[in-house]
Amino acid sequence: MSLDMIQIVGFGLVAAFLSMIVKEQKPAYAFLLTLFVGAMIFLFLLDHIVIAFQLIETLANQANINMIYLETMLKIIGIAYIAEFGAQIARDADEGAIAQKIELAGKVLIVVMALPIFNVLIETVISLIPG
Amino acid sequence: MGYDVDTIFQIAGIGIVVAMIHTVLKQMGKEDWAQWVTLIGFVVILYMVATIVDDLFQRIRSIFLFIG
Repeated sequence: MSLDMIQIVGFGLVAAFLSMIVKEQKPAYAFLLTLFVGAMIFLFLLDHIVIAFQLIETLANQANINMIYLETMLKIIGIAYIAEFGAQIARDADEGAIAQKIELAGKVLIVVMALPIFNVLIETVISLIPG
Repeated sequence: MGYDVDTIFQIAGIGIVVAMIHTVLKQMGKEDWAQWVTLIGFVVILYMVATIVDDLFQRIRSIFLFIG
């Protein structure tokens, strides 16, 4: 894992340097370079995220948790990662307004996804109340 | 996965070469040609970036159970 970290940092430094050089000539190209590097580092991280998720899944299976809850949780984490990625790319392109809208969309979608679970929780609590 | 560090050098290289060609064509007084070169270089890089972003999104879809 530490070797992977060194690899990513080296990769990021090379990319930052190249982006600095290209930005003087063509800022749009530098932006695409940044986008590419971001996607590549993310792809790199996905391999490790898979390992963590498999562990969570095994634990949930052993604890007999309903798979729908786990699935919703994974989707929410996915939405958070994608929203973060998109917002940072938009912010890199000096489009702070678009970045904030992407983040807002991510928050709204997460709330909508969590609503059914919240509903179940409220119903459980109500059913526990006697009378 | 066929991505490695070479690709970012490729992108940066395309950027620098296109900037050079742009300057040369501008010096020759062919402004419209210079614009076309910039545009085509941009499209080539955009294609490379779009490929990796598409791959990333497909992977995210499969890992975070977005298939349905």
